[in-house]
Order: sequence, then structure tokens, then C-alpha cells
Amino acid sequence: MAEKGTWLVKKGLAEMLKGGVIMDVTTPEQAKIAEEAGACAVMALERVPADIRAAGGVARMAEPTVILKIMEAVTIPVMAKVRIGHFVEAQILESLGVDYIDESEVLTPADENHHINKNAFKVPFVCGARNLGEALRRIGEGAAMIRTKGEPGTGNVVEAVRHMRMVMGEMRRLQNMPKEELMAAAKEMGAPYELVLQVAETGSLPVVNFAAGGIATPADAALMMQLGCDGIFVGSGIFKSNEPAARAKAIVAATTHYSDPGMLAEVSKNLGEAMPGVEIATISPEYRMQDRGW
Amino acid sequence: MRIGVLALQGAFREHQKILAECGVESTQIRKNTQLDGISALIIPGGESTTIGKLMNEFGLFEPITRMSEDGLPVFGTCAGLIMLAKEINGSRQARLNLMDISVERNAFGRQVDSFEADLDIPVLGTRPYRAVFIRAPYITSVGRSVQVLAKYEEKIVLARQGNFMAAAFHPELTADLRLHRYFIENCL
Repeated sequence: MAEKGTWLVKKGLAEMLKGGVIMDVTTPEQAKIAEEAGACAVMALERVPADIRAAGGVARMAEPTVILKIMEAVTIPVMAKVRIGHFVEAQILESLGVDYIDESEVLTPADENHHINKNAFKVPFVCGARNLGEALRRIGEGAAMIRTKGEPGTGNVVEAVRHMRMVMGEMRRLQNMPKEELMAAAKEMGAPYELVLQVAETGSLPVVNFAAGGIATPADAALMMQLGCDGIFVGSGIFKSNEPAARAKAIVAATTHYSDPGMLAEVSKNLGEAMPGVEIATISPEYRMQDRGW
Repeated sequence: MRIGVLALQGAFREHQKILAECGVESTQIRKNTQLDGISALIIPGGESTTIGKLMNEFGLFEPITRMSEDGLPVFGTCAGLIMLAKEINGSRQARLNLMDISVERNAFGRQVDSFEADLDIPVLGTRPYRAVFIRAPYITSVGRSVQVLAKYEEKIVLARQGNFMAAAFHPELTADLRLHRYFIENCL
């Protein structure tokens, strides 16, 4: 008997995306450019985060025809975003047949207290996290893949670095704790005890962990890989740059050869201007996307 | 003995973990200079278009094809199966063209149709083999020198041709070592 939507099947797709780059796209043409550049998946959106940030107002799930056209345009997996807590948007995306749902802080949250019960779905979910507690809460709700939140749409990698170092550091800390301290650690970080025990034993998350939020150059991608993530999401970094196709291809190559400086130098040449960056301190707290969700 | 695992993208570490459990040394292959001295090659699950483009960009097609023609055993899983195929239905994407098989990509459907199932693989014995299929391909036809090792609902999902073996599912995601052991004992 075939069993669909099992944990292994949900988590398994993320395992297959490892070492790859998932690119934000808003049109079938962009999706084809991404696939041609070697993206291992695309994220179908109405606007990239930098434009969402500029437009203001309420950002919602993309219109279904936008997503369907992108699904028709490429053979690689297609992901799409729903608002935090908006389980009906997730039901709609599942019925469209998207391959992964991102319950994302890039969109305006629909629920200030509760994230989606992702265990109720057959389609797998990826969620953002700033620290280990947040990552384990999302996994407890059924997320089969985690990514850093970073600060989306900024072209500034500093927040993604902060979040990745935080998660990695906290995992090392748990690994070195005597067992009797793990319950207090679970309480402090607000994480399910069983998952805390598991991390303390293995020293790694039970699911794949990508970097996202502010990655704009091949060097940014390689930095995140060297810090220990499994793969890269690039949002505005590609289609807000001067030469998207060349930059996309270079970021893919840098993610594969992340520990080879000679190769990184080679792929970083002649890419034109990166997207304009934003200094995080200039973003007032109410416009910081990473503080959405808990 | 050292087995190379193509590490451009995908689940290469999982294959290395299983090889280690089989007591076999492995090494990651990202560039053609890393191919020297390997006794076999594994092409892991991942995205076949991504893997094909990176193989092309970093000059891996020519040396792998040459070494395979000289007898290097190759085992491909999921995306790896696609890379080994001669024909990819409806696609002109890059491939190694080592096995006389035609394959259909994403043949069981999208991710919501991905599944686990027990397979009967006679060469591994009578105990069922739990297989994980993720946006999986299957083999639609095989040449005369290809041996079909397993089917799922009449679709060919495991095949061997001399030193080459291809699985539509992911033996790297489960704890069952039998298929890797079979490859090591029979194809090398």
C-alpha cells in the first residue's frame, strides 16, 4: 500500500533540495530563467520581498493563476507562500498542487498568536526561525524544513548570519549539557522537550535548514553554507539585480563550491550591480519582517 | 576501495552515511580532478536539471563518460536514474546516456503524490524493501541488455545493466543497507 504525505516523504523532498538554491520568481519567464540557471526549486510570488516592503499595505498569498502559470513553466518543484496562521490559504495552495508551502513572515500575518497546524496537511511546509526555540516550535507544528528569517528584501545578509549563528550555537550548547539540564533548557527556549532531547543527542536539527533573508551575492551564499546551512533561498537578490541570469547562475555555483575560494572568485566576476542594500538600523521596528511570528 | 558520491546538489551526504555503515570509504565529487582513484560512482537524488547543468559547467560529463566506458560502476538514484538514462521523455536536458532505458520525469505526479511503499526486490531476498518515492521518475522502456530488478504497480523502478544500476526511489533515505550492498557486491 502506498502511503502519501508521510513525515519521511515531506522531509525527503527538502533533503533532495540540499546544496541547491531556491529562487523567488513572479512570472513564468523569471521561473524559466531560474531553472535555466540551475535553481533546484522556485518560490512563486506576486512580488519579491523588496517590492512588498516598498508597496506597504497587506501582503497576501499570490493569486492562483500566477502560481499555476509558474507550475506549468518549469519541471523543478514550485513553492508558494501563505500568511502566518492562514490555514485556508494553505488549503488552497495544497489543492493547486504546489510542492512546498512557506508559512512566511514576508506576507502580513493573519494570526498573531498561532501558526498553522502543519501536521494536518499532506503538502510539506517550510518556516522561518531566528533561533533554535522558534525552529523547534515550527517543527513541533509539523514544518518539514526550516530556514533562517534574516531580514527579507534588504540585500543585507547580517540578520541571516545572526540567525544561523544563533541556531548553530544553541545546538552546540544543548549537545554539551548534562541531561538533567535539558528540561530547563526546553522551558527557557519554549521548545518541545522531545525535540530538545533529539537535538542534544544528534547536534543537528531533525529537518533540513536553509538560509534566507538578505542573500544578494555568491559570497553571501557561500558564507551561509560555511556557517552550516544546507542550502539557500534567494528572494529579491536575483531579480532586483542588474543581470539576473548571470547572478542566478553564479549563486548556484557558489552554493555547490562554497568552500573553494578560487572557484568563488571565478564565479563572482562580471555580474553587474547587486541589488541595492538596506542598512537594518534604518528600518523602524514595525517594518521588520523577522519579528512577525514567534 | 573508495566510492565517489557526486556532491553537486542533493542528498549526497545520506549516501555517504549509508556507505560508511556498509564499511566503505567515500569521497565527495564536485570537480573532475576529484574523480581520480574512485572504484565506483553514486549519483544521488536531487534535481536532475540542476545536477546536469553543474556537471556541464564544471566539466564532469566527459571524464565520467570515459571512466564508465572503461568499466567504472555507477549507481543513480531518482535524479541519478535520470542522469543515467539514454532517453528522457519530452526533455532535451543533459544526461550521461549510459543505460539503455527511457524514463519519464515526475512520473507519479507532484509532491502531494509522493509516497512510501513496500517493494518486492527478488535479488535482495524475500523481505519487502521499504522505498521512498519523491516526485519520482519511472522507467518506461528498457533495452534487451537491461535487467529489470523491481516494479511498482507495473512500473519499472529498479534496473541494472552490467555495472550500472538505477533506482527511481531513494535508498539513501531509509536505514535498509541491502541495495547499496547489492551494488557493491555485484556491480564492482
